[in-house]
Amino acid sequence: MADLIKVGMADYKVGRSPSTLISYGLGSCIGVSLYDPQKKVGGLLHIMLPDSTQARASDNPAKFADTGIPLMLSDVMALGASKSRLVAKLAGGAQMFAFANATDIMRVGTRNAEAVKSILRRNGIKVIAEDTGGNYGRTVQIDLNTGAYKVKTIDRGEKEI
Amino acid sequence: MIDEFDLTPIQMDALREIGNVGAGNSATALSQIINKRIDMNVPKVALVPIESVPDLVGGPDTIVVGVFLRVYGKAPGNILFLMPQKSAFYLVDTLMGREHGTTQKLDFMDESALMEIGNILSGAYLNAFFNFTHISMLPSIPALAMDMAGAILNIVLVQLGQMGDQAMVIETEFLAEDDGINGHFFLVPDPGSLGTLIKAVGVE
Repeated sequence: MADLIKVGMADYKVGRSPSTLISYGLGSCIGVSLYDPQKKVGGLLHIMLPDSTQARASDNPAKFADTGIPLMLSDVMALGASKSRLVAKLAGGAQMFAFANATDIMRVGTRNAEAVKSILRRNGIKVIAEDTGGNYGRTVQIDLNTGAYKVKTIDRGEKEI
Repeated sequence: MIDEFDLTPIQMDALREIGNVGAGNSATALSQIINKRIDMNVPKVALVPIESVPDLVGGPDTIVVGVFLRVYGKAPGNILFLMPQKSAFYLVDTLMGREHGTTQKLDFMDESALMEIGNILSGAYLNAFFNFTHISMLPSIPALAMDMAGAILNIVLVQLGQMGDQAMVIETEFLAEDDGINGHFFLVPDPGSLGTLIKAVGVE
């Protein structure tokens, strides 16, 4: 039985085949995965917010897209991944409650998705699949043997991206 | 200046008492609506790491129904009433006068009824709050979602996440006499609001 490694909110984990990394119950948060198909190593990051510079001091860089992604990237490369082979997939970024006059904080899901993509692009990493937006929660997992990224929902079934 | 992350035991007690009065009022309201005795526990006032808040309601992938209200006024914050899916179904069956076990999926009317419950509970809570602190607070219209607890809690945690790594939550658990309904009532003050509340009850 392959390892199932849990990734909490505002946390990240890296690993290698045959492990699977999983993160439960993402709403506006985003699960960002990196994967090197040749070395079969990768990582999963569960971010809450787009930008650490707009927040007060935090001891936890994995909470933000701009500080979490570089951190996971260097850990995945330390496992032998090559930047040119790495591919990224992401899911989450929902707006769970619909309000007529949604404030910025309620649209944080959209801002998270944009931030994640622009930071990945800046680091030269291709985003090859994405399942973001909507108004529902997601549980995500990446199989480090195949690179398959599974997205589970409550009412909308399960899909692989 | 009150350090919201370093409260004295007396200040924590004061918050617990505020939570107690508020939740007591809500429990009475709920009890009168469904005509059952409602028990509640002593409110938990705790500073918890943000990432472990979903564990208070059974873990991030537990399916819950959440009614969310924004609180406006001098001490703004968020209210979230969370119920396990089974409890929510039981509660709507009770409200709609149907046999228990009928509801398997929430329709528009059911959702509306649950939001109204959220509305009434929040109103009762904030009223008691006002009597105690003389800080007037008004709830927004409610919004409802049925989904994973982690996903629903995101809405309150994101805001706190911008200010720090921990969340001050005032949480009360409700339980109906026949065990059919239980729920968690969260009041999550915005950063800055706790200081206002503590000042208002004079335990600065």
